[in-house]
Amino acid sequence: MPSTPGSEAYYNVRKDKKMTELLKVNNLVTQFKTESGLVKAVDGVTYHIDQQEIVGLVGESGCGKSVSQLSVMQLIRAPGEIAAGEVIFEGDNLLKYHANGPEMRAVRGAKIAMIFQEPMTSLNPVLTIGQQMTEMLDLHLKMNREAARDRAVELLGMVGIPGAENRIDDYPHHFSGGMRQRVMIAMGLSCNPRMLIADEPTTALDVTTQAQLLELMKDMVEKFRTSLVIVTHNLGVVARYAQRIYVMYAGRIVETSTTKEIFANPCHPYTIGLLKSIPRLDEEEGRKLIPIDGLPPNLINMPPTCAFLPRCSFRVDRCTKEPWPPLAEVSPGHYVSCYANTKEK
Amino acid sequence: MTAYIIRRLLLAIVIIIIVTLIIFFVIRLLPGDPLIIYLGQQATQGSISMEELETLRIEYGLDKPIMIQYFNWMSDLFHGDLGQSIYYHENVGVLLWDRFPITLHLGIVSLIFSNIVGITLGVLAAIRRGTWVDIVVTILAYIGVTIPVFWLGILLIYTFGLRLGLLPIAGYTSPLEDFWLSTRQIVMPVLCLSIGGLATAARMMRSSMLETVSQDYIRTAWAKGLRERAVIFKHAMKNSLIPMITLIGIGVGLIFGGSVLIETVFAIPGVGRLMVTSLFAQDYVVIQSGTLVISMIIILVNLVVDISYGWLDPRIRYG
Amino acid sequence: MNLENATAIEGFEETAPRVSEWRRFWRVFLQRRIVIFGLVVLTLLVITAIFAEGLAPYNPYKGKMIDSLQQPSSTYLLGTDIQGRDTLSRLIFGARTALLVGFVTTIIAAVFGTILGMIAGFFSGILGMIIMRIMDALMGFPMLLLALILSAVLGGGIQNVIIALGVAMVPGYARVMNGLTLSLKENDYVLAERSMGANNWRTMLRHIFPNSLAPILVLITTQLGMVILAEASLSFLGIGIKPPGAAWGAMVNAGYKYLSTNPVLSFAPGLAIMLVVFAFQLVGDGLRDALDPRLRGLL
Repeated sequence: MPSTPGSEAYYNVRKDKKMTELLKVNNLVTQFKTESGLVKAVDGVTYHIDQQEIVGLVGESGCGKSVSQLSVMQLIRAPGEIAAGEVIFEGDNLLKYHANGPEMRAVRGAKIAMIFQEPMTSLNPVLTIGQQMTEMLDLHLKMNREAARDRAVELLGMVGIPGAENRIDDYPHHFSGGMRQRVMIAMGLSCNPRMLIADEPTTALDVTTQAQLLELMKDMVEKFRTSLVIVTHNLGVVARYAQRIYVMYAGRIVETSTTKEIFANPCHPYTIGLLKSIPRLDEEEGRKLIPIDGLPPNLINMPPTCAFLPRCSFRVDRCTKEPWPPLAEVSPGHYVSCYANTKEK
Repeated sequence: MTAYIIRRLLLAIVIIIIVTLIIFFVIRLLPGDPLIIYLGQQATQGSISMEELETLRIEYGLDKPIMIQYFNWMSDLFHGDLGQSIYYHENVGVLLWDRFPITLHLGIVSLIFSNIVGITLGVLAAIRRGTWVDIVVTILAYIGVTIPVFWLGILLIYTFGLRLGLLPIAGYTSPLEDFWLSTRQIVMPVLCLSIGGLATAARMMRSSMLETVSQDYIRTAWAKGLRERAVIFKHAMKNSLIPMITLIGIGVGLIFGGSVLIETVFAIPGVGRLMVTSLFAQDYVVIQSGTLVISMIIILVNLVVDISYGWLDPRIRYG
Repeated sequence: MNLENATAIEGFEETAPRVSEWRRFWRVFLQRRIVIFGLVVLTLLVITAIFAEGLAPYNPYKGKMIDSLQQPSSTYLLGTDIQGRDTLSRLIFGARTALLVGFVTTIIAAVFGTILGMIAGFFSGILGMIIMRIMDALMGFPMLLLALILSAVLGGGIQNVIIALGVAMVPGYARVMNGLTLSLKENDYVLAERSMGANNWRTMLRHIFPNSLAPILVLITTQLGMVILAEASLSFLGIGIKPPGAAWGAMVNAGYKYLSTNPVLSFAPGLAIMLVVFAFQLVGDGLRDALDPRLRGLL
């Protein structure tokens, strides 16, 4: 098997890029017990995030991208559970710690921070912005009230909230959606985490705000030297900002490479389909948008073969007989989980 | 916030007016000559002559059209005149004044007890959902709502009064006179009065907590690395407790309803018992005025509760 | 460049296999053993009420003075009261009273309440407001107190108790129905019907009413228990049915005097009341959860 992530050859390729690995997720499996059966929301996911890089995690709703990140933070609750895998963060497997134990709590917010999709409901309506920010600074950085408040005001200023000194005592409902998301970003970065996970950060916002927010996040993570994981269903969001992309489908990673390579040279049928269905400004008029046939898979009782098979137009004989293909390197740093050679066509 | 207060105030006034109308006209529903009823025993015994009756009729203002009578009654009320009891031959105001502190004493103690215990149980049941704690609390809540309060009283009297001899089985003493005896006397009545409110409080708090805990901002709180205590008490409870203020309004209603039964069972000379004895004595003046005072209290308490709710929720308070 | 809809298909699950609504309802309803317990109790209650004559060993209204205040024994399973009447027989006939009063009161209240609520919700505006304010005012009274006053005014007999309790229960139904009507009224199919020219009554009957049936049914079941409790409280106080009539509440009161010697006289009827109210509550909640758990907040 050519260099798969984790193999020696893989590391040799990357060593000379002088990047150090921050997070390594190995074969993560997270499942949910439902009335109808066991749902493997995340089915053996392996990926890594290096220091100070921006990585995009792309896939449609239900593909497991959000669940995988919640698993990293151990924020999964019954009926969900993390069934297998390792989450190596700064050399330590986080999964061996109890979900609410002191070790995990020291990581959450302080080392790895997460911001969520719905800015309208992600902030506590009965506490002021200031209270919600200073509690983190107090908890993780042990700042006293004065220092915490000053730092909070400073952070709010950095994310572009005008009149931060006064607005810090306002309640969330006094802010617009875009503003609230900025507050969330400020809160996320307030304790200087090594990594920020943004779960669909712009999905609930309008287009202009989206662009502003993404630009802000990029600036902030550069300033704070934080890695950023952007989880989204929208390729366009990561096109501009992410350095690498992981494409997920039905709980697994099906393709990964640098952003440029993915857009120039998509190999997995799903990725190809995704790109084909986006309207682009730089193409000829009249090209038809080609949607991907079929429906997303039912994650209960999945067959052992490739999950994309029912919708795939590149299928070969091998796909129906063998189990889900493992990630294979098709070109340096570009890994695809597919039996067909999609470049032949 | 001011708009909110004014709206609530106006609503309360409208309700008060409707209530007075209902009370007044319901009593008028009585068949027969109101004057005869008013005079009660005396009139039926025929000891008053027809002329005297007519004089009295004019004196009581019963010869005027019904709406005028209503307004007369209302203006009397405004001047603090609640009427003369047919049975006790005393000013109703005095009667109520004697009895209200007793009912209030029991009522307030019950309210505090039922709400504190109920809310605590509700929180416990919510954060330990599905465990035995939750099951026990849920069963208790069902029992509290379905148990006949008077029967509970009798059970308690039997167990703690007659069999074990721990507590006095009837009567009431003011805590200012004899604190220890007073406290021992009110243990059982308060327990009976509280059970309904306790069950309601536990149920409401439990569902409020469960709803809060499933909100996005709680997930954010966990993601910030806060410990369970902080998430529950600082973030979740503050949100869940706000609707609980309505428990006070509900509680007051339960107290007055329950006091009718409890005061009868435990022979406590409060307002509830007064209403019952007046009913059998056909003392409509007391019933009319007593009901009025009770409903006024309930309406006012609910008004205060409503306004407090607005004040507590920053979304309403700060607009 | 709006790339908002880059994915061609939004994720939604494959449709689950179709199961008939009826079967799903029964499955969820009978899922919890506690609900089954409630159903069993209620069935027993109904059977007892209907076949009271056959089941009761003695005449509940007349007893032998010589057997006054007997303890439970093989002759009199639950003992006798001061007049020598068999407690068990009185308990059995009390079931009939309880159910009768419960049903009649509830039906009256439900009918009046739902009609009022529907009118108030449908025709909102001034009429609706007036009706609902009156309902609010009535709800402000503690139910027992209201029933008490009305009974006082109307007189003590059982019919008047039914009327009094009925009036006290009406606002509950009116309020729920009002809420339901207001929200259903906004549904598109109602607007469509009205734009076709259907008159108000037709709309109300054909659309609002059938869709409200389920929640109202749940309310009726839970309220039945409450009515029985209220009637028992009233008869305990001496309003409504009095001895020699067989009503559980009155029996508790009668037994109170002999608590030290014959506690069963008070215990048995009280326990019966609680069991029955409990059963109605369980079944009502089970019904609500089976029909639509979202009603949990409303009911």
